[in-house]
Amino acid sequence: MTQFTPLSAALGGALIGFSALVLWILDGKIAGISGIFGRIFALHQGDIVWRVAFVAGLLLAPSLYALAHPLPPLIVSHATALLIAAGLLVGFGTRLGSGCTSGHGICGIARLSKRSIAATATFMAVAMVTVFVARHVFGA
Amino acid sequence: MKRILAAFLCGLIFGVGLIVSQMSNPAKVLNFLDLARIPSGHWDPSLAFVMIGAIPVAAIGFALGRRRKAPLLADAFDPPTATRIDAPLVTGAAIFGIGWGLVGFCPGPALTAVGFGSGEAVIFVAAMIAGMLLFQAWTAFSGKKG
Repeated sequence: MTQFTPLSAALGGALIGFSALVLWILDGKIAGISGIFGRIFALHQGDIVWRVAFVAGLLLAPSLYALAHPLPPLIVSHATALLIAAGLLVGFGTRLGSGCTSGHGICGIARLSKRSIAATATFMAVAMVTVFVARHVFGA
Repeated sequence: MKRILAAFLCGLIFGVGLIVSQMSNPAKVLNFLDLARIPSGHWDPSLAFVMIGAIPVAAIGFALGRRRKAPLLADAFDPPTATRIDAPLVTGAAIFGIGWGLVGFCPGPALTAVGFGSGEAVIFVAAMIAGMLLFQAWTAFSGKKG
């Protein structure tokens, strides 16, 4: 069970939105993590350095945060097979669908993109059904 | 160099936002997606508040961008070009939704969780990279055929 934390959620959300704002105003790029990260591995794609720099920021954020506060809990499934299956689906699906929670769910909705609204509605609904089946049908 | 520094700082701010909002914690994400918790009062709607906090701020950025011909550090804005709601978009989103619902990680939080030192996140991200490479191999293959 986790507590409902509306204030820290909205504050953290505002920081995520601010990151998207700055990346757009300064560099004209969409802060969509699957696109930024996935295109690092695209063979014929130039413009890789800024992508690596962004991901380095994501990876170092916990170390920065830990200087000021203890890190919040991170509770994740320990089943390796499940982690691998989920990772494969998330990697393939986000590239095929041109985005994830950040690119579609935040930037795309902020841009009022019909594609992103459709994608967000789809992955939210499918994830909710998946959780229902996994937790309440199979009892994981 | 300025562009690289800007991207690094944006990644850092994004990651701190994920930690502050606790979206780095898959348990919190799954407890949002688990609508069956609503009747018992154990549902955690925090993720919706992350979006409520993020979307208006990002929208200000896109509105400011519309007043300019180009971003401050680059030659041109680089928006997505596709406009149609097509089969790859919906199929990809559905596949992503299954993976997201299984473990509670999407790409940003998974990468940030690697920075927590989570071994589970490392396994997930390695598989996610494999999934992304699989997509590229698949598009390269189908592209040659078509």
